[in-house]
Amino acid sequence: MASPAPLIAGHKGVIAAVKKAIGKAFVEGIEAHGELSVTVKRERIADVLTIMRDDFAYQQLVEIAGVDYPDRAERFEVVYHLLSLTKNHRLRIRVCTDEASPVPSVTGVYPVAGWLEREVFDMYGVVFSNHPDLRRILTDYGFAGHPFRKDFPLSGYVELRYSEEEKRVVYEPVSLPQDFRSFDFMSPWEGADYILPGDERYVAPAPPPAPAAAPPPVAEKPKPARKPRAPKGGKL
Amino acid sequence: MRAETYDIPTGYAALTPDDANTAGDRSITNYTINFGPQHPAAHGVLRMVMELDGEIIERIDPHVGLLHRGTEKLIEYKTYLQALPYFDRLDYCSPLGMEHSYVLAIEKLLDLEVPLRAQYLRVLFAELTRICNHMLNIGSHVMDVGAMTPNLWVFELREDCLNFFERASGARMHSAWFRPGGVHQDVPLKLLTDIGEWCETRLPKLFGDAMSLVIDNRIFKQRNVDIAVVSKADALAWGFSGPMIRGSGIAWDLRKSQPYDVYDRMDFDIPVGTKGDCYDRFMVRVEEVYQSARIIKQCIADMPTGPIASLDRKVVPPKRAEMKSSMEALIHHFKLYTEGFHVPAGEVYVATESPKGEFGVYLVSDGTNKPYRCKIRPTAFSHLQAMDFLCKGHMLADATAILGAMDIVFGECDR
Repeated sequence: MASPAPLIAGHKGVIAAVKKAIGKAFVEGIEAHGELSVTVKRERIADVLTIMRDDFAYQQLVEIAGVDYPDRAERFEVVYHLLSLTKNHRLRIRVCTDEASPVPSVTGVYPVAGWLEREVFDMYGVVFSNHPDLRRILTDYGFAGHPFRKDFPLSGYVELRYSEEEKRVVYEPVSLPQDFRSFDFMSPWEGADYILPGDERYVAPAPPPAPAAAPPPVAEKPKPARKPRAPKGGKL
Repeated sequence: MRAETYDIPTGYAALTPDDANTAGDRSITNYTINFGPQHPAAHGVLRMVMELDGEIIERIDPHVGLLHRGTEKLIEYKTYLQALPYFDRLDYCSPLGMEHSYVLAIEKLLDLEVPLRAQYLRVLFAELTRICNHMLNIGSHVMDVGAMTPNLWVFELREDCLNFFERASGARMHSAWFRPGGVHQDVPLKLLTDIGEWCETRLPKLFGDAMSLVIDNRIFKQRNVDIAVVSKADALAWGFSGPMIRGSGIAWDLRKSQPYDVYDRMDFDIPVGTKGDCYDRFMVRVEEVYQSARIIKQCIADMPTGPIASLDRKVVPPKRAEMKSSMEALIHHFKLYTEGFHVPAGEVYVATESPKGEFGVYLVSDGTNKPYRCKIRPTAFSHLQAMDFLCKGHMLADATAILGAMDIVFGECDR
């Protein structure tokens, strides 16, 4: 590999061995960008990680990351990153879930998962079953919602300030003097499906009334009006 | 004269002898105190709800997130280059170490080659960052357990480091100097010679002086030796990394085991502890400072000349002078600073050995110019989670020593 990224041990035969060991829990195994990802069945994640820890020597659970894909039926991915110190290898185990289905907690396998699962719960609302202490962790006391979901606005819903009148911190709905500026860099010639700025002023000229008994006009074809297209997705 | 009546508790006869109160007894129940959120020894905004039995800690529930700024969410709304300065602001004591993981993750997704000089410069400044970070941690750890002078001395060295950062990037702390494809600007030769001279003279002298006050100091040892002993098994299970895992005697350093940039060309040793207590973790950091100085000297000696960033103009913008004379360079410059570069779809997890431990970036790209998801793996999260079992049975005053030896910065922990 050309990039100066960290080097780890090779991946030869790892996916096949994992597939053989975890059997029916195996869904998919991919090697991409020099990294291995294995998707497993959600219900079996605790068993799979136990096998990984005991038989495959992945001693450390480094990270649990949530990812949100709102278009999918099971919109959340919970991604476990494992590290083997003895084999110098990293492996990514992935399960999919939605808002309602709980993921079995792996705190019994790796105690470090306690806070990591709390964070995924806090940020995405993924529920972990059998977690000893599933509280919010990073957001404010009494926070509502799951901020890292893609449908949660960047600005949030409430803001807080110290009110001199009430002598306490008050929560208020967010009001921003300026909208968040998000630019769409798609080239307008390559299929931007919104009205280009200024196009809305263009009104197609009415076709001239056809003069009776006149010679048919040569050339002078009216320029075809640019058809305004409906805005989509609320892009600005 | 004796009082006629005694205050006899009702139902006294029903008590078993074990529960019977003798004169002067008070029943003491466990009580709960708040450590923080504003506490000088908490190294930031940490609130720990401590359940104490007298002065013995029974249970600790750290409440983190008071500095949560939603960095990962903000990054999803920025281009890859715009997201870079957020990393400086994670662990604001070792900014370049944070950038390192991020730029390596982007380069891995792009499969981008980085010129050798840039790799050397990155390693040099990553190690300088390590010294800078350890100066802060060692100084504040020592101060947490009662010593004042060494902190002031090692802050002199931290000041030197910050001056070097300023000379390289223009900013003392938030450098934003590592860029995808290399570094932002080349450094003047005088800066390299100054750093080399500093590593030879000022650093060992001043740091050695400061440490001579501490490492054999009776009070310092009483406060740290045998405090919060972590076994190897615990260090693995609780996801420790960096000086925390090395303090427990596991020689695990990502610079050696999973070398990135030019660490595979460097000759350095990994210090490990023998007992896994706070003193070991402290001493690991002290030795790491000397090893970092060794790496810096090798970098300066071996650094080749050449470009300091990839010449792939679809990722790295051209220099301003070039932009003024070449139309193509102008187009590239404009496109890269407005739209930014597009990163192929995929996902990578890249972790580097930051001064505090394994700092990882899990980057998910959907092929556009903005990250789809950027999960930051902070070092402090797993360490702080272990605070409960580390402190159990120790005295209240030990909590500050344990916290000091953990090296926690809340910009990174809370993101």
